[in-house]
Amino acid sequence: MEVPISTTTNHPTQARAAADAMMEQPSAVSAATPACIAAESLDAYFGASRVVRDVSFGVRSGEVTAIIGPSGCGKSTLLRCLNRMHETIPGARVEGEVRFEGRDIYASSVSAIGVRRHIGMVFQRPTPFPTMSIRDNVAAGLKILPRRERLSRRSTDDVVEHALRRAALWDEVKDRLDASAVALSGGQQQRLCIARALATSPTVLLLDEPTASLDPLSTQRVEELVYELRSDVTIIIVTHNMQQAARIADRTAFMLAGELVELAPTNVMFTAPRDPRSEAYITGRFG
Amino acid sequence: MIALTYLAAFVATLPLLLILWHLSRRGLSSVNWDFFTRMPAPAGESGGGMANAIVGTGVLILIASGLGLPIGIGAGLYLAEQGGTRLANVVRFLSDVLNGLPSIVLGIFAWQVLVRPFGHFSALAGGMALAAMMIPLVTRATEEMIRLVPVSLREAALALGYSKWRTSLSVVLRTAMPGIVTGALVAVARVAGETAPLLFTALGNQFWSVSLGQPIAALPMQIYTYAISPYEDQHAQAWAGALVLLGLVLVISLAARYVTRSRFGLGAGD
Repeated sequence: MEVPISTTTNHPTQARAAADAMMEQPSAVSAATPACIAAESLDAYFGASRVVRDVSFGVRSGEVTAIIGPSGCGKSTLLRCLNRMHETIPGARVEGEVRFEGRDIYASSVSAIGVRRHIGMVFQRPTPFPTMSIRDNVAAGLKILPRRERLSRRSTDDVVEHALRRAALWDEVKDRLDASAVALSGGQQQRLCIARALATSPTVLLLDEPTASLDPLSTQRVEELVYELRSDVTIIIVTHNMQQAARIADRTAFMLAGELVELAPTNVMFTAPRDPRSEAYITGRFG
Repeated sequence: MIALTYLAAFVATLPLLLILWHLSRRGLSSVNWDFFTRMPAPAGESGGGMANAIVGTGVLILIASGLGLPIGIGAGLYLAEQGGTRLANVVRFLSDVLNGLPSIVLGIFAWQVLVRPFGHFSALAGGMALAAMMIPLVTRATEEMIRLVPVSLREAALALGYSKWRTSLSVVLRTAMPGIVTGALVAVARVAGETAPLLFTALGNQFWSVSLGQPIAALPMQIYTYAISPYEDQHAQAWAGALVLLGLVLVISLAARYVTRSRFGLGAGD
């Protein structure tokens, strides 16, 4: 039986049946569709409290997927499980699987460092390294590559330029690559962080409320950037801003109290959500 | 109220200003080329210098820094990163106790374990006693400076694929470095003027010696010896020595700040 990765139908029973099938046969998600990254029965804990509950979903290559939900629903934690950042917090642990290009990233043979090189992340607040220049910030991920993969100075400069162009920052900083990164504005710093994440050519880019600390104009620039990047990077973006999800995401997931309530094409999610809880949230009855 | 804080700030800097003024007045006349290049003159004769004591203090500071800084910074990194564990709490507590230990006690202990078993006083024993004084100072300064580095920076490095130790060294420690340097300088300045731990370890030396296995001269001890002597010439030399010691600490501070200055002039620890 083929389980669609999303449910476009609006018929309640049909939708529920498909959702149940997805819950019961999590492996079907990755088997039936070319998911780039997929969680299967994922649980995440902080000590004894379970903040992500039995989440299964898949994300297709070359798409933007938004995760929305009220504060504290576990959306950031879910995102941090996808590149093994969750486990860096003392007392935090993960159960279940995250399959990335067919391999479980939590398998004992897989190193967290290798995972994070292929799945980049940008955080809520811009995090340029204050001791490094703009150039060195973008090149930070390249400098730690294994010796045989390390680039010459010349090609590092090329990669830096390319990454800055992709992050739509090149024209603003090309004359001051050796200046401090913290002299940039907040919006520029955030695009610098995106460039830094792009420099190592990740397959997936995780954005954790990347515009939460930015002004509207900078927010718009980052959103445009996400829209342009979708063709060559798979993007998962956590946002508390539903309009943002509606503007930039191909598909949207709604989370509530640690559960993934619904994952659907964005237009379906915002016009005809199949779950009453999604509908209540989207129509502003809570949250 | 604000006027009172101004007054307090002025009074806080007053001792240093008075010391500087007094030292300059009494010591400046004896600070000349000879003072830096000549050996101490025999008692009763005028002239001579403190070349051996100046170099000796330099050697002792090098030994103390060579041992104390890596251990102190390493321990501070450990406390900042593993802060919550029981062992870390024990280490932090013991470090504070060591910090509060009177330096004379440290000197006697150093004599017991570093001098007596070998049968002779040595520069190495003196440097190690000073290092023991530096370690807790550097440890706590490092820990506090590292704690000021936002967790978000650490996470950003980890998310780029940095290993834990690489994150600690090339992002966290580097970001905290200006503050750590300031803390290390306070520690160096503190031990540069110590006399008590050296009395039982480095002993002092009237002759030229830079051998680590032999007793070595040091400015504070030389100042002490000259200050309690009955000769007017030696009193003048003691004043000059005090002034030079102060200058030496100042030069070390400036040099270290210059070497480790932030390329972008950010939060240079002040």
